[in-house]
Amino acid sequence: MDHPEEMLGGKTAEISQEGCDGRRRSFLGLLLGAGAAGVGALLSVPLFRFILHPLLTTTSSSSWKEIGTVEDLASITSPVKKLVKIEQRDGWRKIVSEKALYVSKDATGRLCVFSSVCPHLGCSIAWHDEKSNFVCPCHNGQFTADGKLLEGPPPRGMDQLEIKVEGDMLVVHYQNFRQLVPHKEVIA
Amino acid sequence: MAENSYVLGRERRAIPQPSDHGTVIRWTDRRTTMSDRRKRVGSILRAVLDEAIPGGASLAYVFGSGLLYLLLSQIITGMFLVLYYVPSADHAHTTVAYITKEVASGSFIRSIHAYGSSAIVIVLLLHVTQTFLYGSYKGRRKLLWLAGCALFALMLGMSFTGYLLPWDQKAYFATTVGTNILTYVPFVGNSLKTLLRGGTEMGTLTLSRFFVFHVFLIPACIFAFVAIHVFMFRKAGPAGPVQGAPEALKQSTEPFYPKQVLYDVAFAVLIIACLGLLAHYAPVELGPKANPVDTQYVPRPEWYYVPVFQWLKYWESGLAVLGILVIPAFVTLLFVALPFLDRRPERRPWKRPVSVSIYGFVFIGLGAMGAISHRNDLRDPNIAPQLAKQRADVQAFMKKPFEPELAGPSLIAATVALTNPVAGKGKKVFDQEGCAECHGEDLTGTSAAPSLIGVGDKHDSAKLESILKQPTDAMTDGGMTPVELNDEDLKSLIAFLKALK
Repeated sequence: MDHPEEMLGGKTAEISQEGCDGRRRSFLGLLLGAGAAGVGALLSVPLFRFILHPLLTTTSSSSWKEIGTVEDLASITSPVKKLVKIEQRDGWRKIVSEKALYVSKDATGRLCVFSSVCPHLGCSIAWHDEKSNFVCPCHNGQFTADGKLLEGPPPRGMDQLEIKVEGDMLVVHYQNFRQLVPHKEVIA
Repeated sequence: MAENSYVLGRERRAIPQPSDHGTVIRWTDRRTTMSDRRKRVGSILRAVLDEAIPGGASLAYVFGSGLLYLLLSQIITGMFLVLYYVPSADHAHTTVAYITKEVASGSFIRSIHAYGSSAIVIVLLLHVTQTFLYGSYKGRRKLLWLAGCALFALMLGMSFTGYLLPWDQKAYFATTVGTNILTYVPFVGNSLKTLLRGGTEMGTLTLSRFFVFHVFLIPACIFAFVAIHVFMFRKAGPAGPVQGAPEALKQSTEPFYPKQVLYDVAFAVLIIACLGLLAHYAPVELGPKANPVDTQYVPRPEWYYVPVFQWLKYWESGLAVLGILVIPAFVTLLFVALPFLDRRPERRPWKRPVSVSIYGFVFIGLGAMGAISHRNDLRDPNIAPQLAKQRADVQAFMKKPFEPELAGPSLIAATVALTNPVAGKGKKVFDQEGCAECHGEDLTGTSAAPSLIGVGDKHDSAKLESILKQPTDAMTDGGMTPVELNDEDLKSLIAFLKALK
């Protein structure tokens, strides 16, 4: 117990055997070290996956939301306000909000959908039947029924949202856009 | 500074190079040179590896290092779990469900952690039994035994506090029963229970307290006692086999490295394999979220507490204090004081019939009570179907996909409208009047106007009515216009605003 070397026994007596012993021991040490490293590496795989979870999950782009049937919407004569529920995932939480959008028709009579968020400062644009215009209540930005800027401070027209038809439903891909820039830019 | 480096430089030359050890130790030695050669890290490593084991290496000695490995595994997996876990009654269950059902390898890591606690109990019992049968607590190992007893208690504390953290039905009700036991303590029982729970009932404060115990306080104590335990073990040295003259044993010593190291590593690999296979093929489940108003739930503790649980059932009358406190305290004291009660140097178990039979009797008794409890649960017509239903509930919950928790001001307006019909009408008025254009569809505000969530707390109904009819100057400047509505619509609008909390 006093001195480790003493415990090895026969240090001076059998030098040759000890040298052989030492080599065997260091080879075994190497083997053990390699084995431990291997097992350690294997065990760290789940740990790495656990930490890297945010990288491993593919963000589900199921942000397509149903607005209504194409049949119903085809008969509109002026822009119609619709609400869609937008779900944002934040780890184990979800944040649900209702977003307003307008279904309208462009010059050729095709359906198009606009975000109601004003590209100026983000107020909610509303359709005014009596003016046949979209009006933003904050700074009186005005837009035509197909979203073009008529007058006021907004830097661009209303932001058109991507749509597609699934079955008989019109679905929209809701996105937020940067304000105060002349061209539409998606905010991730 | 200069003088120091001179000294260091000179010392480095003065140190004789070790010739009989591996490259790692030599490398460490060269870089950790200190004035005293016995203080070199390499020497410490060597002292550890060359620790002489009287009578040679043995498989009987693997349990201590197995426990060290398991402790390491629990620390690592525990730290990782906290990456996603939130200790609050609101979120604990959701976050554990998230770990179990969504996070990559989450179920595996949680299972390793949960099964790891069972593995610690098993290996600890083997370690204690080996120590007991070999009489290794005797002589100069008394304090070593006491430090081990402290670790035993701390480990039981870890499993008790950890059990609550998932906040499912099982966790909640088992801990309710567990903390209720404290009320049997005379005079201060109720205060103790309230203190541990953070209130008279189980709740979010209980979870906070258990979390702090599980993650900070008990681990800190465990580190301290493991250090003491290992230090004392090194001081006293391995006890060696129970038989043989001391002189003969001294002749047949064997260094710790390589044979005992190999045994220990093999045992660690066995533990890893068992835990890994279990975690992979039978991952730990999570039950439905704790529902404190459920009166049907039949709680059952973790398997290693079942014997104690069964024992407590026998003591429901006036003798409860005797059975629940006095007898367990006595047995514990007997166990802790063992090296002081059994002072003879005799280590051979067959020459110590009294202590060995008491030890055996206690363990057989515990095993028997566990078996009785299990049999009763299977046979009791009131209990068996309920337990089966609970198991089915757990299975059903595990099959459901992960449901994220609805956060913050999500859909407050819509929820309010759904639950309160007058407020629902008010929401319609709100939409018709175009209020959302400035206050936002979900009433959380836009750059034109502030959020209306919480406005009902700020103003009473009369005040709301007056500012709706006649907005303040600041509001008018911001673009607010007076609201002109009939009485009924105005009332429902105000009801809606009042309900926005």
